[in-house]
Amino acid sequence: MIKARGLTKYYGRRLAIDHLTFEAHKGEIVGFLGPNGAGKTTTMRILTGYMPPSDGDAWVAGYHVVDESLEVRRRVGYLPENVALYDDMTVWDYLRFMGQLRQVPDLDERIAEVLERVNLLERSESFIGSLSRGMRQRVGLAQAILHRPEVLILDEPTMGLDPAQRVEVRDLIREIGQEHTVMLSTHILSEAQELCDRVLIINEGRILAEDTPEELELRLRGAQRVRLQVSGPASAAELQTRLAALPGVLQVHAADAQHLEVELAPDAGRDLRPVLARAVLDAGYDLHEMCTVSLSLEDIFLQLIREEGASDQEAAAAEPSATTEAASSHPASEADEEA
Amino acid sequence: MRTVWIIARREFRRYFTSPVGYLVLFLYLFILGLIVNNSLQQAYAFSVFQGAPPPGADIVIGPMLTLLVFSIPALTMRLLAEEQASGTLELLLTAPVRDWELVVGKWLGAFLFVVVLLALTLIYPLALHLLTEPGLDWGPVISGYLGLLLVSAALLALGVAVSALFRSQVAAFVVTLALFLFLWMISSLASAGSPSEGVLRYLDFGHHFYTSFFRGVIDLQGVVYYLSVTAFGLFVGTVIIESRRWRG
Repeated sequence: MIKARGLTKYYGRRLAIDHLTFEAHKGEIVGFLGPNGAGKTTTMRILTGYMPPSDGDAWVAGYHVVDESLEVRRRVGYLPENVALYDDMTVWDYLRFMGQLRQVPDLDERIAEVLERVNLLERSESFIGSLSRGMRQRVGLAQAILHRPEVLILDEPTMGLDPAQRVEVRDLIREIGQEHTVMLSTHILSEAQELCDRVLIINEGRILAEDTPEELELRLRGAQRVRLQVSGPASAAELQTRLAALPGVLQVHAADAQHLEVELAPDAGRDLRPVLARAVLDAGYDLHEMCTVSLSLEDIFLQLIREEGASDQEAAAAEPSATTEAASSHPASEADEEA
Repeated sequence: MRTVWIIARREFRRYFTSPVGYLVLFLYLFILGLIVNNSLQQAYAFSVFQGAPPPGADIVIGPMLTLLVFSIPALTMRLLAEEQASGTLELLLTAPVRDWELVVGKWLGAFLFVVVLLALTLIYPLALHLLTEPGLDWGPVISGYLGLLLVSAALLALGVAVSALFRSQVAAFVVTLALFLFLWMISSLASAGSPSEGVLRYLDFGHHFYTSFFRGVIDLQGVVYYLSVTAFGLFVGTVIIESRRWRG
């Protein structure tokens, strides 16, 4: 449904996206996960035919995004990042306008159907300018699905929403995703995990990893970090060496005299926290607190960037002629094909 | 063409749901009314005391072009600038709308509004017709209004092109007005008899109006001039929108 090959975009001399290659299949929800400025919006704007890439090709619903832009635009529903709508139009008039431009048959019935679906039917005569942020988002979604597009592209669909609205919009996307191919961008990890069949992690215009959410989660859980607060006969530094010697412990870092941070190996296979606790007590220390430090999105990126750096060097050393074929068929670790 | 019409219709309606449309209508008709009233009083005095002939349609049509020069920037300033500033352009350009359809649709919507505006001013020639004996010569009225429509088409197209260039409506207004005034004054830049005089006079949009349409003559050269300026403006507007895509 969506196929991108070596997509590259420069803004002036600034490289926004760098040889992106990915695919999204029918009935799949694919998430673009990355920090702001990673190139998500740029990629989506290229896929929707808003602007052409500087290099590379992309096909949406079988049509080339540049050469057959109009055909692509007929088949794509798009929710831009800031959901810019005409504030001086009513919800109904706005959808009528967009529906006419897209030549939707039986327009009035379809608008009623879509408004019902996004739960806005009773506000159809309200001016868009008077709607709350969450409602505007739903108008944007209604507009995006109005013409029954084969592909739906949603840029940060839950940004700026309160938690309740967020849940609402997510449910809606999940429902839509059963019939359409959906590509959405987000910088919220849990959202990507919850919604998407597959996640592309993108940073500084490059795909760092491509994983199913399960595998992504595995990777996250693997890099578990535990923080301990201890007190005892000597300083915590002495305990540090003892803990570091435990099997499964990668690194122990002393934050101060009382706090230790322990990084556990990804493939330890079991929960090492009881082992840690016992080791602390056996050493004659008291354990005041133990908590898991979950990796923030930032940490994951840092980790991935580090991994990428390492794999680049490896690839350069071992296999100088790495091909760029079908990155999506290897969902496992490094899907980033650029050596 | 269907797309052009959908966009034009929306744009036309927007003039009546926003203050700008009403403001332009009100000011245009009000100021024109003051000028016509003033001219009528003068003409009355001349005819009573000096036996001058009754006033013709020129006292209405004469000031109308000047008023258009100041009104049209207010009508075109937001057409594309607002879409760019608010980001709504992104949704239009990701709908199956060609760039030229968008530009022409915007222009057509504004043109229809000017048609309504000009139609409303017809009350002045009508009043003049009823007030004077033996009534009005309708020839210059018809050619004058045709000329005004052509001038409006051309100025609106230039205004749309300028609006495509800016995100700020104020900037679009100021630059459009400056452009109009420049084209309005351009023939006075030439010294008489110089080789550039002919060219500059040809570029002057007021010149074509006052030397023919205003005098009851439909001049082919003038028609060609206004239509080509219209086409040029729309073309430039389309190119600017297209280049927005490339620049992102």
